Amino acid sequence: MSILVIAEHDGKELRSGTLNTITAAGQIGSDISVLIAGNDCSSLSNTCATIDGVSQVLVVNDPMYQHDLPENLAPLIKSLANDYSHVLAPASTYGKNLLPRVAALLDVQQISDISAILSKDTFVRPIYAGNALATVQSNDAIKLITVRTTAFEAATIQGGSASVVEVPSIDCETLSTFLGEELTSTERPELTSASIIISGGRGMQSGENFSMLEQVADQLGAAVGASRAAVDAGYVPNDYQVGQTGKVVAPDLYIAVGISGAIQHLAGMKDSKVIVAINKDEEAPIFQIADYGWVTDLFSAMPALAAALDTDP
Amino acid sequence: MKVLVPIKRVIDANIKIRVKSDSSAVELNNVKMAMNPFCEIAVEEAIRLREAGLVEEIILVTIGAPQCQETIRTGLAMGADRGVLVEADNDTEPLGVAKLIHAITLRENPRLVLLGKQAIDGDNNQTGQMLAGLLGWSIGSFISKLEVDGDNVNVVREVDGGLEKVALSLPAVATVDLRLNEPRYASLPNIMKAKKKPIDVLTPEELGVDVSRRTRVVNVEEPPGRDAGVQVSSAEELVDKLRNEAKVI
Ligand SMILES: Cc1cc2nc3c(=O)[nH]c(=O)nc-3n(C[C@H](O)[C@H](O)[C@H](O)COP(=O)(O)OP(=O)(O)OC[C@H]3O[C@@H](n4cnc5c(N)ncnc54)[C@H](O)[C@@H]3O)c2cc1C
Ligand SMILES: Nc1ncnc2c1ncn2[C@@H]1O[C@H](COP(=O)(O)O)[C@@H](O)[C@H]1O
Repeated sequence: MSILVIAEHDGKELRSGTLNTITAAGQIGSDISVLIAGNDCSSLSNTCATIDGVSQVLVVNDPMYQHDLPENLAPLIKSLANDYSHVLAPASTYGKNLLPRVAALLDVQQISDISAILSKDTFVRPIYAGNALATVQSNDAIKLITVRTTAFEAATIQGGSASVVEVPSIDCETLSTFLGEELTSTERPELTSASIIISGGRGMQSGENFSMLEQVADQLGAAVGASRAAVDAGYVPNDYQVGQTGKVVAPDLYIAVGISGAIQHLAGMKDSKVIVAINKDEEAPIFQIADYGWVTDLFSAMPALAAALDTDP
Repeated sequence: MKVLVPIKRVIDANIKIRVKSDSSAVELNNVKMAMNPFCEIAVEEAIRLREAGLVEEIILVTIGAPQCQETIRTGLAMGADRGVLVEADNDTEPLGVAKLIHAITLRENPRLVLLGKQAIDGDNNQTGQMLAGLLGWSIGSFISKLEVDGDNVNVVREVDGGLEKVALSLPAVATVDLRLNEPRYASLPNIMKAKKKPIDVLTPEELGVDVSRRTRVVNVEEPPGRDAGVQVSSAEELVDKLRNEAKVI
């Protein structure tokens, strides 16, 4: 078994899901290579060489890889894939955008979003918004897999001593051009790796009211998330969305405020360790999966929660 | 230009699914089916492009059992012009589906193929990206905005960190996200008109595509359940439980 993990990064740092994907790779086999494709990533590749369990870092620096365009990256990964039994990427928007294109070039049926590994060719993956779990066996010669990163621990950036090898870039036709991005900047932890998340739904009524959640988030060192209804209403940006079609999270503590608990929302958070629901409707389905339910008006509950958190334990 | 819109028939998003007692699959008998919500958004976008005078013809394609004709009729009633049904197993894998759409694309010559970002049954999120790879075309996945700009389409993509803007040179493939638009309901006169619109029926053999499976579903199970916990009645009680019972803060 030799496994290639496609690293997701911004040139300076790895995106956290890469480390969870490396842990998943370690459950398949022990010969793990990590590909860092980008521009000016040499120092990042040296950091990667110290990740526990990684034996080789492949690095390619070329401006055409800077913006993660799949049209450019897929031929590169195709050129490397034949040396491996498995190619893994995180099931983030990065991995979802890229890996199926590689699969098509290699004539492989990708396995998306795996949450467990049963053997080198058999994997578990959620379907129907996590309302069923399918066990799937692949007979393709190379397995292409995206990994549900919340289902695997993060590997540590310490203890490894991988070799770093430069690989050549692969020429390709320019099919698309990156024009720009609007990234949400926050001092708070990233949703997919936060250990505490507080999310708001339509019950919040406005974007301004999210400041009540932000205050509690800052007291707890938490990330802020949202339901689709809150995002669609424009209260918060799209990248806050948790659920079947947003982000999948599994923190130690998830606090849902003014969220009814539609199956599509539960799909993104029901693997959290402890769930708290704050909702004024005692019939709200979110209470059926909450460890602690509080039937109350959020507009009085949130200030009270902030005050209670201020008291010493 | 012509636009091709692949659509999928799935269990209605509002239905709670059941796993068959022999753990072989999800129960599809006597369950309400509907067009995949993301596909509705793709159809709507194509219709808006035609209303803006940028598109002449909208062709729907679906791969599946004969009943999928109903889903094509729904899209025709929204305003698409004609349909193609490729009769194959309902559970044809994304690679097989992408190969069939690839073959249809070569026959029909659209400049743009609009797909949903994911089918809410398998949650695979692969087909559009695979199709673009097979065609050697540009791809804009998970888009929440689309503008035709000469020989390009400019798209806004919903990514984990926020939004990204990319210019795709035509011909192109795009997969649509929920916030692109709000699909319309079909009016009664349009439902009547749709009955007369043509639907071609083809087979994978006629298209020369091998759709044999690469994966085997070993079993399908219900996920472990979660029980309702306790009710609290004050902030102090909640904080106390989180600190001393759950020990998560
Ligand atoms: C294809 C598809 C994909 C989807 N993907 C996602 C997804 O990824 N993520 C997602 O979240 N949704 C998703 N949805 C939408 C989902 O079905 C629900 O519509 C959505 O989750 C509802 O959001 P909500 O709970 O905030 O709003 P609502 O269902 O309107 O609930 C609002 C809740 O707030 C409570 N409330 C109101 N005022 C107060 C108050 N003052 N104090 C306390 N409580 C109050 C109400 O009692 C209610 O329970 C998807 C839907 C489809 C069809
Ligand atoms: N059987 C099918 N017939 C037509 N289009 C499909 C089919 N399966 C998937 N698609 C298209 O591909 C998109 C993504 O599906 P998937 O990759 O299965 O998540 C869907 O929203 C459809 O636009």
